[in-house]
Amino acid sequence: MPVTDLVNGVLSGKRRELARLISLIENDDGDASEALSQLYKHTGKAHIIGVTGPPGSGKSSLVTKLTAEFRKRKNTIGIVCVDPSSPFTGGAFLGDRIRMQEHYLDNEVYVRSMGTRGHLGGLARATSGAVRAIDAFGKDIIFVETVGAGQSEVEVIDIAHTVIVTDVPGSGDDIQAIKAGIMEIADIFVVNKMDISGADKKVTEINTMLDLDPREKAWRPPVMLTNSRSGEGVSELADKILEHLQFLNESGQMEQKGLKRSRDELYELMRYKLTQDLYQKLEGKPEYEAAIKKIAARKEDPYSLAERLIAEFLFSESR
Amino acid sequence: MSSSKKIRVLVAKPGLDGHDRGAKIVARALRDAGMEVIYTGLRQTPEMVVSAALDEGVHCIGLSILSGAHNALFPKIMELLKEEGIDDVLVVGGGIIPEDDISELKKAGISAIFGPGTPLDEIVEYIKANVKL
Ligand SMILES: Nc1nc2c(ncn2[C@@H]2O[C@H](COP(=O)(O)OP(=O)(O)O)[C@@H](O)[C@H]2O)c(=O)[nH]1
Ligand SMILES: [Mg+2]
Repeated sequence: MPVTDLVNGVLSGKRRELARLISLIENDDGDASEALSQLYKHTGKAHIIGVTGPPGSGKSSLVTKLTAEFRKRKNTIGIVCVDPSSPFTGGAFLGDRIRMQEHYLDNEVYVRSMGTRGHLGGLARATSGAVRAIDAFGKDIIFVETVGAGQSEVEVIDIAHTVIVTDVPGSGDDIQAIKAGIMEIADIFVVNKMDISGADKKVTEINTMLDLDPREKAWRPPVMLTNSRSGEGVSELADKILEHLQFLNESGQMEQKGLKRSRDELYELMRYKLTQDLYQKLEGKPEYEAAIKKIAARKEDPYSLAERLIAEFLFSESR
Repeated sequence: MSSSKKIRVLVAKPGLDGHDRGAKIVARALRDAGMEVIYTGLRQTPEMVVSAALDEGVHCIGLSILSGAHNALFPKIMELLKEEGIDDVLVVGGGIIPEDDISELKKAGISAIFGPGTPLDEIVEYIKANVKL
């Protein structure tokens, strides 16, 4: 399918074209970057909400209930759920949709499941592109559910405006995990499964932990209680999410986030492109192979050769 | 680039029966064969199956049914897929389906029917050989 048709399909709200574009993004297809480049000016409108927390803490259930709540408020919704791919087979079992059945027939809700395909950090490499495609598609709110495996899952802050960290009542062990890594990224804490005993205790624990944070903060993450089966507390959470959005806009942090994101993204794309170029120019070149042999034989050192080869291959037009 | 392409399969259980053991076993086998398996849970209506297949951009839909409603549900799903203009997705079925019904289902567009006891490898190989990536 020509890229223009794909782009027009996405912009005119065709789910099938959106699904196709996300597949292209996942497969690293050249058409995907062309399409995203054309779609870029239509993005930046959605409120992107990350949901992270231990497996089984109720992320998918919570996203479902929040979706119902925001649908009541007439918002349209996109959902991206990330699950781990097996490092051995590359396969993945993507089961988050099981919790989302109530929205299957709602045309205003788009749900996409993704395997990490070897990417670390709680998201897939394609997640940010997929979110952008859904943004261009016109959804008001986009939820990103991360893998949920623990401390290193901080990548979600790069794409989300509001990050929700979920936890459940019970053993204090997981609070260690939260402390170690994901505490800093939470804009809102949710103690889900408030129907289970110990929920209030967990709220106190998290608040105590927040009290110990010495940094001066314009936004102190609130700790909310929810039951993602009955929906209790979800409307209050939705209000809090909107309050955070308002805070971002009024404090100027939204603008700063946008600038930071653009800076990081531009740099990352340039770095990626340079590496690709370098690789293509060096690959199989006799000078390159000879240099490697000289280094191994201690006839030249890698430090000076690196500089020389970069100057020679990357920045010379004649090559 | 094509090395990063993955077969995406929707495993769905249309109909009212409440058992998904078989479906889950197949789902696991497909995952272990390197596919991305989207599992949607029990009691799916044909509309739900097609909507999920559409959103997820799958190459294959695996339908499992035990309740005997396949003669109504499978063709309905094929019809809805056609309405959505989805003609490049491989649809296979499994579960308890009498021999006599198979040719009608195939006529409706179901590519293959795997009865109980079909070796999992056979299902994996069939999907690998017949999906359009
Ligand atoms: N008791 C109780 N169970 C819940 C609640 N929210 C989710 N669950 C259950 O917890 C399990 C895991 O939920 P899921 O949403 O899949 O968690 P995820 O792995 O974080 O996405 C499921 O069996 C849910 O039904 C809740 O508020 N209370
Ligand atoms: Mg989940």
